[in-house]
Amino acid sequence: MTRTRLTIEAGKAEQHYWADLWRYRELFYFLSWRDLLVRYKQTVIGVLWAVLRPVLTTAVFVFVFGRLAKMPSEGVPYPVLVFAAMLPWQFFASALTEASGSLVANANMISKIYFPRLIIPASAIIVAFGDFLISLGILAVLMVCYHIVPTWHLLLLIPLTGVALLAAFGASLWLAALNVEYRDFRYVLPFIVQFGLYLSPVGFSSSIVPEKWRLLYSLNPMVGVIDGFRWAITGTESLIYWPGFGVSLLLMVLIALSGLWYFRKTERAFADVI
Amino acid sequence: MSEPAIRVENLGKKYRLRHQQEGLRYKTLREALTRAPQRWLARRSGAGSLPSASEDFWALRDVSFEIPQGQAVGIVGRNGAGKSTLLKLLSRITQPTTGRIDIEGRIASLLEVGTGFHPELTGRENIYLNGAILGMTRAEIKSRFDEIVAFSEVEKFLDTPVKHFSSGMYMRLAFAVAAHLEPEILIVDEVLAVGDMEFQKKCLGKMEDVSKGGRTVLFVSHNMDAILRLCSRAIHLSKGGVVEVGTAQSVVAQYLASHKAQPAKVVFPANPADQMSRRNLVLLSAEWPDSPAFPPWTIPFGEEISFFITFECHQPVHAAELGLALYAPTGTEIASTSSVATLPDIRLAPGIHGFQVTYRSFKLVPNHYNFSLGLKSNFGMEDYLSKSFSLDVIQSAQSSATKADTFLGYVVPEVHYVLV
Repeated sequence: MTRTRLTIEAGKAEQHYWADLWRYRELFYFLSWRDLLVRYKQTVIGVLWAVLRPVLTTAVFVFVFGRLAKMPSEGVPYPVLVFAAMLPWQFFASALTEASGSLVANANMISKIYFPRLIIPASAIIVAFGDFLISLGILAVLMVCYHIVPTWHLLLLIPLTGVALLAAFGASLWLAALNVEYRDFRYVLPFIVQFGLYLSPVGFSSSIVPEKWRLLYSLNPMVGVIDGFRWAITGTESLIYWPGFGVSLLLMVLIALSGLWYFRKTERAFADVI
Repeated sequence: MSEPAIRVENLGKKYRLRHQQEGLRYKTLREALTRAPQRWLARRSGAGSLPSASEDFWALRDVSFEIPQGQAVGIVGRNGAGKSTLLKLLSRITQPTTGRIDIEGRIASLLEVGTGFHPELTGRENIYLNGAILGMTRAEIKSRFDEIVAFSEVEKFLDTPVKHFSSGMYMRLAFAVAAHLEPEILIVDEVLAVGDMEFQKKCLGKMEDVSKGGRTVLFVSHNMDAILRLCSRAIHLSKGGVVEVGTAQSVVAQYLASHKAQPAKVVFPANPADQMSRRNLVLLSAEWPDSPAFPPWTIPFGEEISFFITFECHQPVHAAELGLALYAPTGTEIASTSSVATLPDIRLAPGIHGFQVTYRSFKLVPNHYNFSLGLKSNFGMEDYLSKSFSLDVIQSAQSSATKADTFLGYVVPEVHYVLV
């Protein structure tokens, strides 16, 4: 066995943090597995919920924005337009919700065992990712129903999913850490999610936003992700606005980096305040 | 290897105690948002800073010690002495405010058994999960899986969600996983304080194996018996600092001694916290007869134990009864008696009364014992005082001759052995 030497010094950040993160990868795997298992254990309810939530929300949005408000859809069937946006949005929203409460929910583990705390919100995001995969199945059904022939663009869903993960991860780090620090932060979260749903182009195409405002609109990182998803799924070029996508992506990276910084900064005191 | 397994230098941990405001335990966003402008205004108007809402508290200060490889070391101290904080720092759960710790070897800490157990998951699933949480790899868990299951004695319920387990089964499974950790340094907190006697014995046995197996063990407990059994050396912590480091025997003795300094006449507090209302009988004092040879409340092994209990009677009562219970230093009640056995119906008039209490042919192994006492009458329970005075039994010629000094029990009964 290799000798391991560990030095803990006051005021110094963990020297082995990233190495530890790698060493604890199995814990990450097990925690994700636990959360997924628990979520889908009552199989019927777990999976049904994952199917019903995006489908029902989509139905309402199609009715309100498509039928009543008669929003333009660039020739794409309205349900597909909405569902393509619902995919990343639902993932983002549930990742945010799951992750922000995850540290407090695992307070017991945090106060009794050492491990890189990053693992906890990360594994919470994996659970949301499970629902996302189920939604992808629904999308396939929807595409068949509306005779949408996928183009090579569909392959772009893979990197775009990575982008969605990045967005969810960055925001989750902020919220999870803030939630430990300020216990009433959880009351703010539903507002963020609710506002986000209407501020993001979920029920409508972002092309209805006037050209001069589009760059500003793209300051909401989810705009870029949603546009990207729509473009990849339908192959309709006019759905994506590249400068905006760039701004969104840049912002996401910034949020993720700052989230990581804030998380690492507060992480050391988690066990003391949780 | 001559390098110590753990070296701690000037270790300190400061906590910020928040003064409880509006009964809130946690910092809230609302508070942060409302206080920030207040503070800003106060600074602007030159009124100085707002009265601080928090206060510093050093849970641990300037602690230094070394633990050589392969030794089992006990940590003793009263509640609040900093034992748990020390373990949390060593296991990296929280960060020190000052000082440094060097750890040589793979370390695992067991501050609780069953951390991360999920009630919805089965026994099998929880073994894997808990193993991973304790730092085992999947391969390690797999290779020890059968041993863990055998130790836990819950084979039949492996595929049942643990929410259906009895608390005993749950604890056994949890400890089984923990017991199969194989680090070079093991940190254990009071995990033995749970479960039934049978199970505690098993845990203690397993711990003994570990410490005898040449691994470094750091063990925190209030149970002095366990410390003496498992550890060769011990550290006494008090108020966040190290009082003594030495052999387990001397540290435990000194720790127990630091508890006392009891006068010959112990006057009971007039208004104890657990006072009952409307009492007719009130306990006043316990008094040790003068003896030139020994300090009060100290008696050599084998001698008759005798003292006085004084109490006051406010209303005429009958069926008065004095009860005494004797406790081992570990808190276990080991002998209970009542005056009703020899004096079945005592009638009392108002005034001061007393009992002379004598324990005849009652041999206690040299140790530190506590007494609780209570008074009853025809009206029911009248007064009760928990562990209100103590007794030290010290070694004597008789105890060393009969080997009583080395006994792990507390009472030495008169037993006739006949070789047939």
